[in-house]
Amino acid sequence: MNARLEPLTDHSVAALMRQAEGHGSVMPVSRREFLTVSALAGGGMLVMLGTRGVAQAPPGGGPPGAPRPVQSLAPNAFIRIEPDGAIRILSARPDIGQGIKTSSAMTIAEELDADWSRVTVEQAPVDASIYGSQNVGGSRSTPMSWDPLRRCGATARALLVAAAAQSWGVPVPECRTAASVVTHVPSGRQLGYGELASRAAALPPPDPASLSLKPRSEYRIVGTPVASVDNRSIVTGMPLYAMDVRLPNLRYAALLRAPALRAIPVSGNYAEVKRLPGVRDVFTIEGAGNGGGEAIAAVAVIADSTWAAFTARNALKVQWDRSKASTDSWSQAGRRARELAKTRGSQVLRSDGDVNAAFASAQRTVEGFYSYPFLSHATLEPQVTTAWMHDGGIEMWAPAQTVDVARPWIAQLLGLPLEKVTVHLPRIGGGFGRRLMYDFMTEAALVAKRVDGPVKLVWSREDDLQYDYYRVGGFHALKGAVDAQGKLSAWQNHFISFSADGTSPASGGNMEPAEFPLGALANVHLSQTLLPLRTRTGPWRAPRSNGLAFPSQSFIHELAVAARRDHVEFLLELFAGMPQSSGQGLDPARAAAVIRLAAEKSGWGKKVPRGRGRGMAFYFSHAGHFAEVAEVSVDAQRKLTVHRVTVAGDIGLIVNPLGAEQQVQGSVIDGLSAMMGQRITFEGGAVQQTNFGDYPLLRIAATPVIDVHFVRSDAAPTGVGEPALPPLAPAVCNAIFAATGVRVRELPLSLAGYSA
Amino acid sequence: MLRLKINGREHVIEQTLDESTPLLWVLRDQLGLVGTKFGCGGGFCGACTVHINGAPTRSCQLRAADMADLEVTTIEGLAGPDGRLHPLQQAWIDHDVPQCGYCQAGQLMSAAALLREKPQPSDADIDAAMSGNLCRCGTYTRIRKAIHSAAAAGRRRT
Repeated sequence: MNARLEPLTDHSVAALMRQAEGHGSVMPVSRREFLTVSALAGGGMLVMLGTRGVAQAPPGGGPPGAPRPVQSLAPNAFIRIEPDGAIRILSARPDIGQGIKTSSAMTIAEELDADWSRVTVEQAPVDASIYGSQNVGGSRSTPMSWDPLRRCGATARALLVAAAAQSWGVPVPECRTAASVVTHVPSGRQLGYGELASRAAALPPPDPASLSLKPRSEYRIVGTPVASVDNRSIVTGMPLYAMDVRLPNLRYAALLRAPALRAIPVSGNYAEVKRLPGVRDVFTIEGAGNGGGEAIAAVAVIADSTWAAFTARNALKVQWDRSKASTDSWSQAGRRARELAKTRGSQVLRSDGDVNAAFASAQRTVEGFYSYPFLSHATLEPQVTTAWMHDGGIEMWAPAQTVDVARPWIAQLLGLPLEKVTVHLPRIGGGFGRRLMYDFMTEAALVAKRVDGPVKLVWSREDDLQYDYYRVGGFHALKGAVDAQGKLSAWQNHFISFSADGTSPASGGNMEPAEFPLGALANVHLSQTLLPLRTRTGPWRAPRSNGLAFPSQSFIHELAVAARRDHVEFLLELFAGMPQSSGQGLDPARAAAVIRLAAEKSGWGKKVPRGRGRGMAFYFSHAGHFAEVAEVSVDAQRKLTVHRVTVAGDIGLIVNPLGAEQQVQGSVIDGLSAMMGQRITFEGGAVQQTNFGDYPLLRIAATPVIDVHFVRSDAAPTGVGEPALPPLAPAVCNAIFAATGVRVRELPLSLAGYSA
Repeated sequence: MLRLKINGREHVIEQTLDESTPLLWVLRDQLGLVGTKFGCGGGFCGACTVHINGAPTRSCQLRAADMADLEVTTIEGLAGPDGRLHPLQQAWIDHDVPQCGYCQAGQLMSAAALLREKPQPSDADIDAAMSGNLCRCGTYTRIRKAIHSAAAAGRRRT
């Protein structure tokens, strides 16, 4: 573990980003897994599948250009079977609303052949030596856990069957399992898992190579709709979240952070604020850490309640040294990008065929300058961490999505051995990429050093919007052509993005040379210019794709219109010529299938009700293929009504259809919310938005009918937290064009006077 | 000293509080009723919705000191005294409404007030009553479904 204090760069954010995009390599399971079975004091059994000394380099643990750090695999589960038949399954990874706590338990219970009604699920403690990676993100939890969790369940089942066979003196193959019962088929004798647990616990674990997994035709739990295991606690208001942590003698902290990055507090009315009622202490915090764990320089207020801390923080008057502070300006960046758009970028990312010749011989050429803004994550639970220095260590309660990285970093920051850093993982009040960062943990650790007893650092909504790691904005100067046959014959893009270090794109602000449709075309020129940026950026739901899909999938539609072709037919033609890829890359056959399915289910090609328009978009991200059709109308005041969004997706086998549908519904609403009116702007290095009044979320009345369809697939399951989001904005903008003839090339829509 | 009547019980807060302290923070920090959530502190998001004499209200916008003679109901008081869930809570579970779950206490309090006022709400009634509650995860589709379902369950009972 070597989280280091490095010069301030965003390489570690970039590494977290790669992780969020699912670039971490997966270790083969069988060589790494080990298994222990133990008897419980009360007579039950405990099956534990873990990793043996899996090296876990934190993302960012290497210099730029070094091989990507290996993400440890996650064979991580506990199954505890009590003598009364109750089964407790521990979820290693935290639930951020993506439903992993439920779907991971379903996966184990399936291979265990458990009676689901007797299963309870709990959050596992943080311990890398038992659970391996406990990170979540990048729609990777499901694909990375799918095999290990199934093997964990199958191991326990094999032991229970062996115990039953032994007690009856019969051969194992004569036994069958279902709903927590082993049956000896010839005699009809039965024993429940609870009755067998003690005997099973005394048996040696089976050879992993001998385990057989169920064929999918025998699934009874996986593939059925299962509601979240935490629902009852949520609807009754139980304390589940880091925000809800309460401890004896708890103090509360609020920070007044630097008004621009790298500004330093020089002096202030600290003594005066310290005398305010309920205030215990006021002190400055130097900036510390970097990347995802960076604490910004700040003045801290420690008080007896959150309100007292907020009130005192607002009373602070601080003089800041801004000599080294950020002066980032979004308006200047936009002006510069518009100038640059007239040229090609100096950095060529991809050049295929001959775009100039294709433009020269084109039937029609089209140009479009697209832009999208910075975005904040705005998790509804603001950032919060409770930290408590005691007994030579620190104990923390944090909404941490990357505890594997954060914990060793905190140990290093405080000069503690790793085992002296205890982190509890509560349920997380929304992620969307924000909790991959652990800046709030760094801050809380620095505050806790100065407080005798536990202290809860609470971010206000204003803090949350103004000190985020934003989705980076971007600009695309596109030029395309269609030939005399109406085919897309040339594609040129000058991509204008941002860079924190002058050479590599800011996190989330990069474009891969294979980004669709670039791999599908003969004549392509992709160049890039990076504008300087100091504002922090990071992964936001469907990193990179969340921005890139809008210009590219709108522009394909522009070209289809120019060619006077049907958009669906035009899109399908692009895939027809693409080579079949392997692994988790874009698969043209799966792409075509979701496009056809979305077209069929949305009534594509049929008459639209008067005044309405339909728009389609496709995107591939996070191993998921998604096509979406929006049906919209726009009134004279530019009030946009999105009547219906039809979604067709292929994410392989679906573990929990209820959860998968929910993630898609959420992605559509999130996509709409962002495209309607959200943007983060900054001037003089300071973010200008303050609360939901100027950073609006979609409200219930603007929610369309969302019609979700999945391609039935036996392919290995992939995640669904992200890939349904990218096609939404271009589908809606293409629908606006269909309804009104107006092309939207700038987000959010509110800039052109649209309202929801 | 401050006396509050919350979920049918009298609470006495001995600690001297700044008189500007919102009800939200007294519920959470002083009384440990943390089911009522802090989302924005500005009355935009509705995560802190409680009932004041039955009316859905943003507890971050109310001074605790003004609540002395009023009945406050929080999410912890929505189920019956015997622990039986409110029909909306059951519908929320059955329809698997929550994603992250953080806003849902506020959503439920607004929905409960709606059903008391209009036991058979239309979609427009739901839009009007629920428009003050933001859900960052986008559970609105299921919220609407669950409210209709709880209303239908009410119809079957009567």
